[in-house]
Amino acid sequence: MTPTDPTPDDLSHGDMAAVSRPGRRDDDVATIDPGPAGPAGQSGTGQPHDTGDADPLAEVLGETPDEPGGAISVLRRALGASPQLVRGIRTTVGLALLSAGGKVAVPVLIQQVLDRGLLGPDGFRPGFVWSAVGIAAVVVLGVMVASRATYVRLVAIAESTLADLRERTFAHIHRLSIADLDETRRGVLTSRVTSDIETIARFAQWGAVAWIVNPVVIVVVLGVLALYAWQLTVVVVAVLVPMLPALRYLQRRQLAAYDRVRTQVGETLTAVSEAVMGAPVVRAYGLAQRTEGRLGAAIDRQYRAETRALRFVTGIFSMSDLFGGLVVGAVVFAGVTWGASWGLDAGSVVASIFLVTLIIGPITELNEVLDQTQTAVAGWRKVLDVLDTPPEVVDPEPGVELARGALSVEAVGVGFAYRGGPPVLVDIGLHIASGTSVAVVGETGSGKTTFAKLLVRLADPTTGELRIGGAPLGDVAADSRRARIRMVPQDGFLFDLTVGENVRLGRPGASDSDVLAAFDALDLQWWVDRLPAGLDTPAGERGEQLSVGERQLVALARAQLADPGLLILDEATSAVDPETEQALTSALVRLAEGRTTLSVAHRLSTAERAELILVFDGGRIVERGAHHELVAADGRYAELYRSWLGSTRDR
Amino acid sequence: MEAVFTRGLRTVWRHVRDEPVTFTLALIGASIHAAGVVATAWAIGRVTDELILPAFTTEPATARAALGGALLLVGLGVLRASSILLRRYSAGVTSFRVRARLRRQVGHTLVHAPLEYHRDTPAGQLLAHADADVQASTEVLDPVPFSIGVVLLIGFSLASLLAVDPVLTAVALVLFPALAVLNRIYTDRVHGPVAEVQERIGRVSRIAHESFDGALVVKTLGLADHERDRMATAADSLREARVRVGRIRGTFEPAIDALPNLGIIVLALVGAWRIDSGAIEIGQLVQAMALFGLLAFPVRIVGFFLQELPRSVVATERLDRVFAVPPGPPEGVGVGLPDGPVGLRFDDVAFSWPDGTAVLAGATFEVAPGEIVALVGATGAGKTTLCELVVRLLDPDRGTVSIAGVDVADLDPAALREAVALVFQETFLFADPLRTNIDLNDTVDLQAVQAAARTAHAAGFIEAVTDGYDALVGERGLTLSGGQRQRVALARALVRQPRLLLLDDATSAVDPVVEAAILADLRRELAATTLVVAHRLSTIRLADRVLFLDGGRIAASGRHEELLALPAYERIVAAYERDGLPSGEARP
Repeated sequence: MTPTDPTPDDLSHGDMAAVSRPGRRDDDVATIDPGPAGPAGQSGTGQPHDTGDADPLAEVLGETPDEPGGAISVLRRALGASPQLVRGIRTTVGLALLSAGGKVAVPVLIQQVLDRGLLGPDGFRPGFVWSAVGIAAVVVLGVMVASRATYVRLVAIAESTLADLRERTFAHIHRLSIADLDETRRGVLTSRVTSDIETIARFAQWGAVAWIVNPVVIVVVLGVLALYAWQLTVVVVAVLVPMLPALRYLQRRQLAAYDRVRTQVGETLTAVSEAVMGAPVVRAYGLAQRTEGRLGAAIDRQYRAETRALRFVTGIFSMSDLFGGLVVGAVVFAGVTWGASWGLDAGSVVASIFLVTLIIGPITELNEVLDQTQTAVAGWRKVLDVLDTPPEVVDPEPGVELARGALSVEAVGVGFAYRGGPPVLVDIGLHIASGTSVAVVGETGSGKTTFAKLLVRLADPTTGELRIGGAPLGDVAADSRRARIRMVPQDGFLFDLTVGENVRLGRPGASDSDVLAAFDALDLQWWVDRLPAGLDTPAGERGEQLSVGERQLVALARAQLADPGLLILDEATSAVDPETEQALTSALVRLAEGRTTLSVAHRLSTAERAELILVFDGGRIVERGAHHELVAADGRYAELYRSWLGSTRDR
Repeated sequence: MEAVFTRGLRTVWRHVRDEPVTFTLALIGASIHAAGVVATAWAIGRVTDELILPAFTTEPATARAALGGALLLVGLGVLRASSILLRRYSAGVTSFRVRARLRRQVGHTLVHAPLEYHRDTPAGQLLAHADADVQASTEVLDPVPFSIGVVLLIGFSLASLLAVDPVLTAVALVLFPALAVLNRIYTDRVHGPVAEVQERIGRVSRIAHESFDGALVVKTLGLADHERDRMATAADSLREARVRVGRIRGTFEPAIDALPNLGIIVLALVGAWRIDSGAIEIGQLVQAMALFGLLAFPVRIVGFFLQELPRSVVATERLDRVFAVPPGPPEGVGVGLPDGPVGLRFDDVAFSWPDGTAVLAGATFEVAPGEIVALVGATGAGKTTLCELVVRLLDPDRGTVSIAGVDVADLDPAALREAVALVFQETFLFADPLRTNIDLNDTVDLQAVQAAARTAHAAGFIEAVTDGYDALVGERGLTLSGGQRQRVALARALVRQPRLLLLDDATSAVDPVVEAAILADLRRELAATTLVVAHRLSTIRLADRVLFLDGGRIAASGRHEELLALPAYERIVAAYERDGLPSGEARP
């Protein structure tokens, strides 16, 4: 008879259940990556994947299907990872039991007042009514206090566990070897510390309480009924048992239907974004009708999916009243017909009517919570899997310090493959004297970017050894390595801080004047002066307040501040406005002075200027030497150079 | 507040008036439900008096009567369940229909609004109009029928209680307003903290996104600890906000649960005396108690409705501002173009942005049919604007743009699009197969698509993909690099065999080697008049002639070598020599 309580999660939606607003998952983006199969000479603004198609994080990123019965093992692992979860659990569960048990106070009071206060052999007993009412009031108020305590305790424990879990997972992801992170994988890892933990949080706010309280309410109600007459319990159970499969069925259909709704909502959004992002194309190519037609079709499909899902939601909601009516009818019929022979009183039959309505709500709620629990367990498992992935690059304690000044680079038989993948680098051997400027050229997928990443220890070689400044790279102390070997990535990634703070990240403890000196050393003082608030100008999210070229300027200043002995430059491929381009070029020349530099070159003009050129192909170095030597040798480099030169200079 | 309430009701009325049938059905369902609830309480009271109490006396009711009473209760349950089906389903359909219509209306506006509107409004906001704003504007519709039903329900209940006993009615008159007030205080209190939780979830997620996007920098700079601290702070402030919400919920939810129970307890007390004094029957007390239990939840619904109203008003106002955007100029039927190659002519063309920034101030030039012309100018000189004026994405403030001697303003829009193709620097690809992305209207055969892709140097990477031309682009498909995207966009222009091709820095992300090959192929295979906005010396060198745009006018026109005599031109082109070599060395 009583409609289900609103879920605490969803106050604002009236009797729409928590499931009625489709959310969007942000980790279900599948990507086909042409990868190294791409054609020669392809390039562009996107970061090329030099990595082959092996996936070192496959186990972490894989969407393991929900195994039945896995919930217990996940829970055990979860307790291992977060032992604080069970802190004070006995008190909490005790309070929950008290508050659940107290819910039967009102029906019992009705029964007592009727049977012993009014209809007993002594007739009306005011004293008894007063004390029964008093006790019931105390119990109801006690339930209120105990519920509050239970809820607040659970929330406090769950939230501190989750905050801690979030922080540790986040830090652990940063420790993993993520040399080959692309956009999709980054998205998946991000969802581990955002949406996956949020599913656990939602569960903690509602599901966890529901799991403790609802079974107790059901048991206590059936118990009190049995105290009146065990036959009553049998009748109630018999009537309500069919409710369970009916609810399960509707719930499953509803979840499937909402999956469809989510897909359709995504498609509507895609269609809208066509009209928004593609506005110039739509107008220039006369596509208004096509775009509007597609949008209309997507909206229609969404409407149909929503209406379909609505059927199941509605069905679930009407279940409570349907079975409420059935069970009350059954109790009345049984109580009236056989009540006297079962030893019932009028009061206990009336009380039974109120009691049975108390268990409908918990049953429907448990049905809903079951699926929420599965989602939470799956999310929890994914998070734990991340925590269980051992970091592949382990820093030595204590490590060797690198010498001051320019650093030499030596590679002996270096090979690299991502776990289980094909080799990306094969038998790389080289010696670069300190102070040399080196350009690495090669097609997308040739291994040149991977080689650069090995030099900053984003991953360790699978075979062979890298020595920097004479020391094996694996033995170098992390701090020394980070200070002395610096990589400037092509997108010049900045944090949502000021320009000055972004530069200061290059060397902890640097002052404003150090930062200015770094800009000055690169002849970029004028650029800082032109910024609206100088060094205090905010860079914006991902540095988006600045242009691509300007972000690179900041990244160069950041490297200059650290004063590295080995500089690794991943050259940008995207077009930069001419003025910034000029500033970048001269800053790069100044930054390179007195250091060993290795540029992953996308422009042959960079190679032209380098003292040593390494030509990568299929994971090997196929040619090496100075520009004029390689041109004279008439090999692979000469071929690349000719095609470039032919199109730009010989007219 | 009062104003918001009336405005909210007007919003609701405006939404539901277009769906009179389903909305009326929902109201009927809600009314039946209200009647069903009150009838159920009444039936429980009657059953108590006529069946349950006599069952334990010497004159029990017949089995037939017992069955009748039970069936009445079951029947009322079925009635309530069906009325819920009717109410919820019809209410849901009503709001889904209203939403679909609003979305279509937003889509229509977005598709037909002038390009300036898109440029002036952030994309995220435009997307939000079709999604979040439509949702927020209509969310209030879901509880409307139930709320109206609840008002009825309260009316019926008070009437039935009054029929039983004025004293019991008095208890209800104290309890239900108290419940409403408590509920109101709760939603007011929890609103701010809940919004804060949302905001902090957003912050945690922003940090995670930013930090993992910059994973390379974090690693190479050794910022892991710094980042961990940042996340720890954000995660802890989220925890704190959630615990605060938890406290408020923990306080109010049990209190709201307890209130009807306390009401029933008071009823038991008062009722016992009333029964003893003979004022009421036991069944009537039971009826009142049942009613209290049944009413507790519906009363809260009215609270949800009132809470949604202001949000709905604000979102609806936002939508109205979108609907008020006038569509771009209507497409008239105009003059066609003569056959054969076409020339392009700008005659004293001026253009400024609405804020007064002058972009072009009397640009005059001519491109002969079949000529390949490079357009050079500093950043912000107006090269893109110039291109957009040709295809009428913008109209000039003064002067005329003409193609083959016809003013583009007089041209038939279809003829204009058929003859002219503009390729943008920022590429937009549709979430469609590659083939559809090239041939937008499915009008040409695969061979033509392949030929265009070959000329655009896109065929190589397309054919290397598993599904080739059928491979899906976008989130659920292929991820293409910037250069690849630009080449697909170029093929899209070429497949239309334009007679005038405008390339607005359309190959900026393409490798210089590939770019040069593309331009050489274009020159060889396409007999189109071509205007290329150039940022690379290699592009400039491929052109027959260079137009130098400076100060809003064409400052010079001629061959690249001739223009080098101009210091302003020389400076810009020297900067284009991206390798920074002294310009003398770069030129043979």
